[in-house]
Amino acid sequence: MTASINIEVDGLVAYYGERKVLKGIDLAVEDGEIMVIMGGSGSGKSTLLRHLLGLMLPAEGVVRLLGRDLAQLSSLEMLDLRRRMGVAFQSGALFSSLTVAENIMLPLQEHTDLDTKTMEIIAHLKLEVVSLAGFGHLMPAELSGGMIKRAALARAIVTDPKLLFCDEPSAGLDPVVSSSIDDLILRLRDAMGMTTVVVTHDLDSAFKIADRICVLDDGEVIALGNKDEIRASQSVRVQNLLNRRSEEVTLDTDAYLRRLLGES
Amino acid sequence: MRAKFVDLAGKVGRATVLALDEMGFAAHLLGKSVYWLFLGRRQRQPVRLDSVVTQAFEIGVQAIPILSVLTFTIGVMLAIQGIYTLKTFGAESRVTTGIALSLVREFSSLITGILVAGRSGSALAARLGTMTINQEIDALTVMGIDPIRYLVVPPLVAMVVMVPALTMWSHLVSLFAAGLYVSAALDISFSAYVQQVIDALRLADLAHGLAKSVIFAVLITLVGVVNGAAVTGGAEGVGRMTTRSVVHALSAIVITDMIFAFMVTR
Repeated sequence: MTASINIEVDGLVAYYGERKVLKGIDLAVEDGEIMVIMGGSGSGKSTLLRHLLGLMLPAEGVVRLLGRDLAQLSSLEMLDLRRRMGVAFQSGALFSSLTVAENIMLPLQEHTDLDTKTMEIIAHLKLEVVSLAGFGHLMPAELSGGMIKRAALARAIVTDPKLLFCDEPSAGLDPVVSSSIDDLILRLRDAMGMTTVVVTHDLDSAFKIADRICVLDDGEVIALGNKDEIRASQSVRVQNLLNRRSEEVTLDTDAYLRRLLGES
Repeated sequence: MRAKFVDLAGKVGRATVLALDEMGFAAHLLGKSVYWLFLGRRQRQPVRLDSVVTQAFEIGVQAIPILSVLTFTIGVMLAIQGIYTLKTFGAESRVTTGIALSLVREFSSLITGILVAGRSGSALAARLGTMTINQEIDALTVMGIDPIRYLVVPPLVAMVVMVPALTMWSHLVSLFAAGLYVSAALDISFSAYVQQVIDALRLADLAHGLAKSVIFAVLITLVGVVNGAAVTGGAEGVGRMTTRSVVHALSAIVITDMIFAFMVTR
């Protein structure tokens, strides 16, 4: 028996002005799967995510979430679909005028008839899930980078969505906090069975959490498969991406400084 | 020479297209706002009364002290200038009519509009701009919360209610201030001044000022939202569009005022 496809991208093309930034992306994410979209800066991964979220509509091709073509949905149907999605943005995108708990309760206030007490209990439970119990009364400005990411995840899962999208969940975090966010994403998937799409350029994070990895470069999918398949890829572009860290580490800073100072 | 002309024509064309684009967006915002205001509850997305009240407090109640100072000053200035001018014709005793009509038909709504544009219109643009660059607007959208219903309708309703209310307050303060000066300068009692004001004003004069203030309220909100939503480039972009918002709102208010006066007063 094959798992159902919850996210399907078929021949997606996107432009910024005259520039073609996505050149025919094909992608399918199965129910309960964690798909990591990986690539360097300017590879098109953020644009692809914006299409998956329905924030941009395809110039060509189709994006289907839970079997529904986003381009064909009315605005009310789109609102209804979005209630089944959770998104954790790179910056957290918490509302600065609301406390952490109020941020988490916002989707419940807008989409349910629950009373305030019940919403507070749910928010508290979600904060516990992301290890932020006791921080609900703080304003977002009072949180550290890692705590903001956790709070954003708590808000993303507050309505128990079917689809979870995370944009650069480990960006700007130290390795320990980054690893704990990865653990959290894995735990959430195991506990709630969500189909999860994670956009990242962090290789460690990608290989830790992914069931499958989609590697983007210059608006094209250059590799798609499980971790072993990606590691074993013969594509030069994939190997360049995978080895990028070591290239950076071997940069000869002394020689660079000598050149700057005009020394031979 | 020809290249310069082509360059200039290109710039004018681009500016025109941008202006039309922004006007179209403003019209879209207004239409959607009316839709959410009256049909939101049917879609299970009502406009929250507490948000409207919060905005009304910020736009209206918090503006009262500075507005009182400004309109008090305008009232006294108008009285000083009115008496000085009419003295030339020996008609200073008729100054109250001029003051009452000028303040109620023109200055109170104009000063209130300018103050609210500078205070609340700019704040609205800065808030929306900051939310745009922090991805908060995107976050609302993907949560299934329409940003126009959540972020635009509450300030729009609050403006439409509070700007006319502030204009009424401006009438009272400026007429009171003018009365203090006129009664002292012309040696008439304050109650006699009040009676002259009542005799000079008709309901239509009051309606004239209030109708303009409603238009100003809509303009200030739409200009603030259009500029706030167009922010790009971080904090610098927020500052740039906030300034642009104030300049555009003030221009829109003064031009609308002139058109309104031309259409209604002649």
